[in-house]
Amino acid sequence: MNLFSLPVSNGEDKQEDRNSALSPLAGEGWGGGYATRAVSPDPEKAPARQPHDMTIAGAALIADPAGALYWPEQGLLAVADLHFEKGSSFARRGMLLPPYDTAATLALLTALIARYAPRVVIALGDNFHDGDGPARLGDRDHDTLRGLQRGRDWVWIAGNHDPEPADNIGGNFFAVLLVGALTFRHEPSRKASDGEIAGHLHPAARISQRGRAIARRCFVEDGRRLVMPALGAYTGGLNIRHHAFRAVFDALDFRAHLLGPDRLYRFPARRCLSD
Amino acid sequence: MTAIDTEVETAAAQALPATFRDWFRSRGWQPRVHQLDLLAQTQAGRSTLLIAPTGAGKTLAGFLPSLIELSQRKTQPKSPTTKSEVSRLRSTGRGVRRDGGLHTLYISPLKALAVDVHRNVERPVADMALPVRLETRTGDTPVSKRQRQRRDPPDILMTTPEQVALLLASADAPFLFGSLRCVILDELHALVTSKRGDLLSLAMARLHRLAPGLVSIGLSATVAEPDDLRRFLVPQPMEGEALASLIVAQAGAPPHVTLLDTAEHLPWSGHSARHALAEIYELIRQHRTALLFVNTRMQAESLFQSLWHLNDDNLAIALHHGSLDVGQRRRVEDAMTAGKLRAVVCTSSLDLGVDWGDVDLVVNVGAPKGSSRLLQRIGRANHRLDEPSRGILVPANRFEVLECTAAVAAVAANAQDTPPARTGGLDVLAQHILGCACGEPFLAEDLFAEVRSAAPYAGLTRKDFDDTVDFVATGGYALKAYECFAKIRQGVDGRWRITHPRVAQRYRLNVGTIVEADMLKVRLVRARGATGLIPRGGRLLGEVEGYFIETLTPGDTFVFAGEILKYEAIAENEVYVSRSTATEPKVPSYAGGKFPLSTYLAERVRDLLAHPRQWRALPDQVREWLEIQKRRSLLPGLNDLLVETFPRAARNYLVCYPFEGRLAHQTLGMLLTRRLERARLRPLGFVANEYALAVWGLGDVEQALRRGDLSLDTLFAEDMLGDDLEAWLDESALMKRTFNHCAIIAGLIERRFPGEEKNRKQMTISTDLVYDELRKHQPDHMLLRAARADAASGLLDIRRLSTMLSRVRGRIVHKALERVSPLAVPVLLEIGREPVFGEAADSLLAEAADELVKEAMQ
Repeated sequence: MNLFSLPVSNGEDKQEDRNSALSPLAGEGWGGGYATRAVSPDPEKAPARQPHDMTIAGAALIADPAGALYWPEQGLLAVADLHFEKGSSFARRGMLLPPYDTAATLALLTALIARYAPRVVIALGDNFHDGDGPARLGDRDHDTLRGLQRGRDWVWIAGNHDPEPADNIGGNFFAVLLVGALTFRHEPSRKASDGEIAGHLHPAARISQRGRAIARRCFVEDGRRLVMPALGAYTGGLNIRHHAFRAVFDALDFRAHLLGPDRLYRFPARRCLSD
Repeated sequence: MTAIDTEVETAAAQALPATFRDWFRSRGWQPRVHQLDLLAQTQAGRSTLLIAPTGAGKTLAGFLPSLIELSQRKTQPKSPTTKSEVSRLRSTGRGVRRDGGLHTLYISPLKALAVDVHRNVERPVADMALPVRLETRTGDTPVSKRQRQRRDPPDILMTTPEQVALLLASADAPFLFGSLRCVILDELHALVTSKRGDLLSLAMARLHRLAPGLVSIGLSATVAEPDDLRRFLVPQPMEGEALASLIVAQAGAPPHVTLLDTAEHLPWSGHSARHALAEIYELIRQHRTALLFVNTRMQAESLFQSLWHLNDDNLAIALHHGSLDVGQRRRVEDAMTAGKLRAVVCTSSLDLGVDWGDVDLVVNVGAPKGSSRLLQRIGRANHRLDEPSRGILVPANRFEVLECTAAVAAVAANAQDTPPARTGGLDVLAQHILGCACGEPFLAEDLFAEVRSAAPYAGLTRKDFDDTVDFVATGGYALKAYECFAKIRQGVDGRWRITHPRVAQRYRLNVGTIVEADMLKVRLVRARGATGLIPRGGRLLGEVEGYFIETLTPGDTFVFAGEILKYEAIAENEVYVSRSTATEPKVPSYAGGKFPLSTYLAERVRDLLAHPRQWRALPDQVREWLEIQKRRSLLPGLNDLLVETFPRAARNYLVCYPFEGRLAHQTLGMLLTRRLERARLRPLGFVANEYALAVWGLGDVEQALRRGDLSLDTLFAEDMLGDDLEAWLDESALMKRTFNHCAIIAGLIERRFPGEEKNRKQMTISTDLVYDELRKHQPDHMLLRAARADAASGLLDIRRLSTMLSRVRGRIVHKALERVSPLAVPVLLEIGREPVFGEAADSLLAEAADELVKEAMQ
């Protein structure tokens, strides 16, 4: 068994693979319970994607490797936990993180909207990292956001970080939104609820293959309900074996779909490791 | 009494006050020449570097000038004041003039050393009833005492660089340090090679400004470039350089160092030295107390474990390394001092410092890495100057035999190969700038001049300085979003000051340059029972790096704290483990050593290889190995680079022997595979060890060379350090780790503290994500520049690679072979032995996911 092999294909898109292959200490950037984003930092350069289907409560959905959900029947795009202005929220408390996160998250959204041209966009709560976030939004980012909202319905779901509607950010504000068979909300409800699409938990999963642990953000679903990965540029991940997920899904009878640069990887929960 | 003794006696009579002369006599000692020389230099107001071997009375030499001056002062000796007196007599407000600050500051790299030295200096002070107050101040000192020390300082304070930075960042600094006469920097050679040295140099620049008449004394073991240390001790002028005086003490008896003459088969590779265990055990039996040095914590664990398997006599053998619980380490140290131990297996945690009297043998297991390091370790045996220290080297494999042989020769020549002086890091500067603002408002102009007077920052440009001030103030981003959240701001008087007292509080919690790898506490619990629940709160065994645990799956076994343990679970910042019945740990315990082979020793190894007449000193098995290599392939000349190519099992191999250390080789391997890829030679992987690098692939490199499609000079051309390197660095996990350290030191993100682990999903931020965004939007940001500068000398060792590539230009010797050469065997054996890192994450995920699909479809 050759554990050191490099990708044989010469595709430029494999460069990152080679890099991590050669770093003896490569730890997948896992410090402090975080899963790194799969390497595809630049949405414009992202390679062709394989469609990844899932069905929740009978609704046929497409999960995008960037971490968004598209519902073709409704022309609906859902994204979770954008955490706009997380950088400036930290800056307020004395940690002057680079102020580029909102723009980066918006760029990702722009690419997704260009890809699916949705009629409706639903942001599943924790859209801003804190209640003052909308007021700190820079002019350029504000314009970008308004541009994305033009010609389509835009729904802000209330999150625990931003429970109140904010002025001047467009769209409509809901605590919970029902569309057809699906219910869109921020926190997964405690009672089993068919057709629920939620965020809040920032799911990430850990897989071990050939002795190497790999952590990624992921979708988690059991066919009845779905928890989406966080999309925000500075958002971390929470392991799906954490007890918080026990309130949502039955013991290990669910699936994780790990994000890769151009596809998703599906695993049964029992295959995923705890921290 | 010899003539020299008489001479010293006369000199002493003149230099030492009667009390001190009598004290020396009462102890049966005589002042040594270097002690008197240092006294004379100090009394003349000259800062001085004293280089002296262990056991030469270095510490006493350093304190003698201060003790004498304090004993002769006219004013009333200080006595500890009561709490109420302190608050009544001493106002601590800004701008209030007070007297009674510190006289002498002693700074050591180790807390334990500060405490130990306090004990040692207290003795003469008590014997002579000197009116001198000595105190220590470390992270362990109670808060109440630390507060009292700021208002009512002792005459002499023994402390660490971090504590000095903290004191300087308070409004009390002018009072505390204004009357400072002397700073003693102990083990200076160890301090200056790290970022702590940068921090210390900036503190020294400030101290020299606060107390213009200050004399600094550096105490050091022998170093390769004493001038680096002499510059460090004194403020550097804007033009040219200033040097402290130099005193070199007479060397002690030369150490007696030999290679273990093993009767066993010498392994081709590996680092466990398992073959020599019985012989090492026998050495322990034959000596009073032995120190067994190894290079990594993992090796320490493994050696300790194996020795106890053999320990039929139940000899008291202990374990000491930096990750063990402090209490456990102290118990080992105390037992050692009390003479209760026969051997201690240890890492560089015991390279420095505390005097342990009775050690009569030092064994270095594995590669010595450098001559100075080895000399320092062997100096731990027999702290008496006139008797030779005795050291035995135990190479763990054949290449290490060469390295050990070279090291024995280097030690005999007393050759030094300490690392070169550092260029000060911008991240450390950022921390210092914030500290300065916490102390008192500053003018950028003045602070820039002060910082430049510190030797590591003598070459600092105004732009780098201004960028760093800008970073401290608002993050230094092109997008000016954070003016309203500024940490420091320029007032109408042009001075920079902190914007809120909270900024100073934060600074105090985050001071220092030691970034602990995300450490997790290891607790021993009972194995998971039928309930599947893990009992909490077991005995604390020590701490382990988070990234190590993250590679484990519950149920995996590994060696820690001298036992084979089973990983059970992780909860917040604690790892739960249980005792395992396994006889072999599942997870390979060797991780590459922290210190690369020194350039000097590497050259000696190449020299040894190049000159067969020197092989007589080598064990038969090793000589035979080299002779076969000479017949079958080539032995490279001193400055040549040998490159061998051969086919093996449907792969084509290229093996080269730069002898530049694992880190530099890994970087080289990465860059070479990129080039081979471009040449369509389809490389598949590589492996590196301290001496060699092997790359293999599908394409026939030998044929490409023969046909002239590829030339080795082009393949190894220095320009690989340009764009290829940049492109790779940006995605490298090593680079991200380096960035994380810089971000913490510079104060971009805060350190995590025990008890703050809860809810960390919201409260903390992954620097990997920050790194990605910053790199995309502002690739020349000051923190990225700081991280790249670190990478050049740190984990990637680019500087060394660059020197090697320019050395071998036009001197690459190619040998096409039909099969693997003897010299290549060790590095090829490393394949599959190292921790698994060779596969790309995504192909592993794809493989795992697709396996499941296959399983489901069958």
